[in-house]
Amino acid sequence: MKDIIEGRVWTLGPDVDTDQIISGKYLTIIDPEELKKHVFEIALPEFAKNARTGDIIVADENFACGSSREHAPQAMRAIGVGAVVADSFARIFYRNAINLGIPTVEVRGVRALFHQGDTARIEMAAGRISNLTTPASLSFPPLPHHLLDLLEAGGLVEKVRRELEARAKPGGSA
Amino acid sequence: MTGPNGHGATLAEKVLARASGLDHVVPGQIVEGAVDLAMMHEQGAQTVGPFHQMGAVKVWDPDRVVIAIDHWVPASTEGAAVLHRILRKFAAETGLPHFYDVGRHGICHQILAENGWVVPGDLAVGTDSHTNMLGAMGAVATGIGPTEMAAVLALGRLWLKVPPTIQIRVRGSFGKGVTAKDLILRVLGEVRTTGATYKAVEFSGPTIRGLSMPERFTLCNMTTEMGAKTGVVDPDEKTMDYLAKIAKHPMHPLTADADAQYERVVDIDVDGMPPMVACPYSPDNVRPLTEVVREHVKVDQVFLGSCTNARIEDLREGAALMKGRKVAPGVRFIVSPASTPIYDQCLHEGIIETFTDAGAVFTNSSCSACFGGNMGILAPDEVCASSSNRNFPGRMGAKEARIYLMSPAAVVATAIKGEIADPRELL
Repeated sequence: MKDIIEGRVWTLGPDVDTDQIISGKYLTIIDPEELKKHVFEIALPEFAKNARTGDIIVADENFACGSSREHAPQAMRAIGVGAVVADSFARIFYRNAINLGIPTVEVRGVRALFHQGDTARIEMAAGRISNLTTPASLSFPPLPHHLLDLLEAGGLVEKVRRELEARAKPGGSA
Repeated sequence: MTGPNGHGATLAEKVLARASGLDHVVPGQIVEGAVDLAMMHEQGAQTVGPFHQMGAVKVWDPDRVVIAIDHWVPASTEGAAVLHRILRKFAAETGLPHFYDVGRHGICHQILAENGWVVPGDLAVGTDSHTNMLGAMGAVATGIGPTEMAAVLALGRLWLKVPPTIQIRVRGSFGKGVTAKDLILRVLGEVRTTGATYKAVEFSGPTIRGLSMPERFTLCNMTTEMGAKTGVVDPDEKTMDYLAKIAKHPMHPLTADADAQYERVVDIDVDGMPPMVACPYSPDNVRPLTEVVREHVKVDQVFLGSCTNARIEDLREGAALMKGRKVAPGVRFIVSPASTPIYDQCLHEGIIETFTDAGAVFTNSSCSACFGGNMGILAPDEVCASSSNRNFPGRMGAKEARIYLMSPAAVVATAIKGEIADPRELL
C-alpha cells in the first residue's frame, strides 16, 4: 500500500447496497475479470466502461450495506479502484475490502467534500484527505495498526501465508 | 455484577471475552477470538482459492465447519453447478464431513439452528450476512467474506473489534395477527439501517422472554438490516429446551449483567402495536400496515420464504389463513420452506396441498426469490409482497421493482386480496 494515494473521484449517495454494486444475478461468477464488467451496474451504470486504474470511490453513509458478497470489493479491485472512502461503511464490506488490500477509509463528512471528477489525495499515515480540485481537506483518525499491517502485507492472504510459513519453520511458534 | 470496568458486561462482551480467553473486554478493543463454528454456503467456493494461496493444507477443526448450499439448489445455472462442485471437492480433500448437499439441504442459517450447530456462548461466523440470526442462541454470530473465511479455516480464529451494545427492551403482548416480524420492522423503523453499524443488538424484556426460538430467530436475523455485527438474546429455558437433544457441542450459557453498560437503550411497548410493513426501497422505510392498505397497492408476486420467515411455524400460520381461500387472479404466490425437514413436515401436515390447492407454487427449500438470482425474479415496475428481509433496489430482480416486507400472515392476506392487505381482516 502506498502512503499517499491520488486519483479521480467517483461520487455515490447514501445506502448504496451490495446489490447495486454487484447484482444477485452475477453471484455465480467467480472470475474477477468477468465480475468487473458489472461493477456498480445499478448504482453508477457508466462506471465500468469509463473507470481508470487508481480511481477513488467517495460515498455517503452506510456504503455497501447488505450482503456479505466479496464479489463487490473483488470487482472493484479488479477494475483498479485505488481507494474507497465513505462517511460510513457497512461492516462486512469494510472487512472484505481491507482483507483484499484495498485502502478503505471512513471519514465523516467526506461525501460533501467532493464532486464527480474531482481529484482526491489521501495521506494514510497522516490521516488526511484533500480535494485537490477545490481545494479543501478533512482529517481522519489513521487506521489501527492491526489494519495498517493487513494493508501493508497486501491483504489477508499474504498475512496468513507469512504466519503459516513462520510456524512451519523449525523453532517457529506452533 | 460489577466487573473491573466499574459496571457489568453485556452478553456480546461476555461471549467475546470467552472466545478470546480474557476475563473481560471493553467496546473498541480489538481481540482475537477462537471460532466455535464456521459455516459456508455457495460463497465458500471463493474461500478455496485464498485457502490454498495462504499455503494452508489442513482445516483447523473439521467438526466445527458446516457447508450448507442454499442459493441455487439444485443448481439452476452452470455457474452455480461449478460453485457446488468446488465445495464438494474441497470438502472431500480436506475431510469436512458436515456437508448439507442436495437432498438434505436448506437455508444455511436454518440448517445451523435446527441441527444445534450453534449453542450458547459460541462465537460463530458464516459467509452470509444473515448469520446474525444464530445470535438468538445466546451466541455472537456474524457474517464474514470468503477470504476471511479462508483465514478462519486455516487458523480457527479471527480478529474482532468488541462492539458497543444497543439494548432493545420490549414489553407488552402482541395483538391478534401481530408477530415477531412486525416487532423487528418496528425496531428497524426506530434504529434505522445505519443505527447499529458495527454494534451488537441485545433483545431483552418480558416480551422477549415469552417468544419462541423461531420468533427470536426472526428478530436476530434482521439485525443485519440495522448494520449490526450481531443480534443476541440471553439464553434461557426455551434455548436449553430447543437445544437439549440436538446441541452439537458443549454449551456455555452466559447472560448480560443487570448493570451492563449500553450505548443506547430503546424501549418498545407492543401493546396495541399494529402489523408493520417496510416499503420500498429500504427495510427501515417502515409504516403501519393499516396506512398502506388504504392506498390499495396491487401486487404481481407474493413470496413466503427466506431465512427470516419460512420455518414450520410461519408456514402453519400462513396455511391456516390460506385454507379454503384462493390466490387472487393475476398474482404469483411462491412458498419456499427454509429447509428440507420443514418441507417434509409441510407434506405430512397437508400444508403443501393447502397452498397448491389455493393456486400457490410450493417450491423446494432454498433462498428462492429472496435475492433475485435464482427464481421468482421481478420484471421492471412489478410489485412484490415478501416475508424476506431486504427491499433495496434490484434485490429481487429489476431495479425498478418494488418490494414490501411484511409478516407471513400479512403476505398470505395480500396473496388472497391481490393488494397489500391486513391479515386481521381474515382472522
